[in-house]
Amino acid sequence: MIKTRGLTKIFKIGKKQETELIAVDNLSLEVERGEVFGFLGPNGAGKTTTVRMLTGLIRPSAGSAQVAGFELGKEDTNIRRNVGILTESPGMYERLTAEKNLTIFANLYDVPDVEKSVNKYLSMLGLWERRHDTVGSFSKGMRQKLAVARALIHEPQILFLDEPTTGLDPEASKTVRDFIEELKTEGRTIFMTTHNLDEAERLCDRVGIFQQKLLTLDSPASLRDKMFGRKVVFHLRELQASWVNLVAGIAGAENVEAVDNKLVVSLKDPEERNPEIIKALVLAGAQVQFVGEIRHSLEQIYLEMVQSHERGQA
Amino acid sequence: MRHIRTIIDKEWAEVFKNRWVITTMTLLPLLFVALPLVMLYMTNSSLPVEMPAESAGLPPGFAAACSGLTAGECTQIYLLNQFMLLFMMMPLIIPTTIAAYSIVGEKTTRSLEPLLATPITTIELLAGKGLAAVIPGVIISYGVFGVFVVGCLLLGLTPAVLSYILSPSWLLGILVLGPILSVIATIFAIYVSSRVSDPRVAEQVSSTVILPLMLVMFAVLAGKLVININFMVIAIIVSALIAFGMLRLGTVIFDRENILTKWK
Repeated sequence: MIKTRGLTKIFKIGKKQETELIAVDNLSLEVERGEVFGFLGPNGAGKTTTVRMLTGLIRPSAGSAQVAGFELGKEDTNIRRNVGILTESPGMYERLTAEKNLTIFANLYDVPDVEKSVNKYLSMLGLWERRHDTVGSFSKGMRQKLAVARALIHEPQILFLDEPTTGLDPEASKTVRDFIEELKTEGRTIFMTTHNLDEAERLCDRVGIFQQKLLTLDSPASLRDKMFGRKVVFHLRELQASWVNLVAGIAGAENVEAVDNKLVVSLKDPEERNPEIIKALVLAGAQVQFVGEIRHSLEQIYLEMVQSHERGQA
Repeated sequence: MRHIRTIIDKEWAEVFKNRWVITTMTLLPLLFVALPLVMLYMTNSSLPVEMPAESAGLPPGFAAACSGLTAGECTQIYLLNQFMLLFMMMPLIIPTTIAAYSIVGEKTTRSLEPLLATPITTIELLAGKGLAAVIPGVIISYGVFGVFVVGCLLLGLTPAVLSYILSPSWLLGILVLGPILSVIATIFAIYVSSRVSDPRVAEQVSSTVILPLMLVMFAVLAGKLVININFMVIAIIVSALIAFGMLRLGTVIFDRENILTKWK
């Protein structure tokens, strides 16, 4: 659905445009149909610029891309027809009603039955009762919901969500997140930029960590495994020092550490090795209370990636 | 056409919800129609109708054009020369108010990016925004001119003065040149609006489009210029060429990327 090859954007800045600022550097990625892709990165990393390029709003300086089967730069109008965008700021027409706002965009997207589509999304996002109210009287969360409706009014194949829950209260964030999950079940392709790593972990099939260039790209679980491996904790009633060496001797077990009454073991395939380790410990006289896994959050992975990139640049 | 109609509809829905814009659009035309009618009323009753035109103390260049008229008629026509220009100024002022806000307003409310992300083409966007500004300006100008003509009839002006008001040169000026000037003012205002980041700056800079017409007004006031059919025809041709050139240039220089990324 989205395929980029060496996509690059360089802005010329300064009074005489003498300075070049590389916003996006050689971005190559593919997003499959029906996938929810999370594009993570710090402020100023080039996420919005990437979204703007992929929606045909700004031209790439180099590289190529295909969005919804259309060539970027050559078929931009078709791209815009087939994608929906939720911009960072809702940017609604505040003096107009919710219904009028959606009607305008339904007409601009050439929606065949405007009234039906407008009514469908007003109801779906819980805005039906307020449809005749001006958007200026809406809360931030309601505006965001209306902006989501606007992005979907023409039933796009691909949805670009730029920071969809930024600045929303927890309740409004949850409403938007639930709606994204619903869209996911409908099989729409979603390209989402976010700072909210917890949200990315819950919603995204794959994430790309990005800072001018793509630092890494995978599913949150694979990234975790690649970066930190998997650590299993064996909680014991009491711990004997000899059991450390016993577990370390089992194939696949690495970095065995004793912490209080626990053994912390790095394992590549805990599902395979755990029974073997438990059996060895029990035979040695240990009483295994329970077994758990230390899960690194996406936030740790993100911070590790971004900080090591910054250290590399320094 | 659907996109253009939608943009016009959207612009009007927004503009006509703004009390201040409505006030400007109402008060100014009322003032422009009231001023000449009051002047005509006053001169109608105070000037001696039998005095020859040469005795009216008008600029020599203008007095020469008054042959066969009385001093009263000539004075009224001299005054009308200036006030009729106000009717041509109206289609410049009203669209400028709307068009100056059209792009920068969307930038400040952050609604421009979602709008530019739709399949609307640049020409459709500019046409929609432009027509949304030009149409009210032209309609109001025509309407106000109609009210003025009715007012003149009610004042009982002499046939010579009435025929001057409805002369081909002024009819061309108000019915043809006015809308062309309106197009020029609108394109200029939209261009300015797309380049600045503050609606106030957009309005100030856009209002400078009125200066050439002010120069014409001063030239008429000083008796250096007599507006006749030749002047109007030349003005129409020149303005139409300028409008066409600006229209072409506007579609080239209106760039989505620059507007989105270089306005802060």
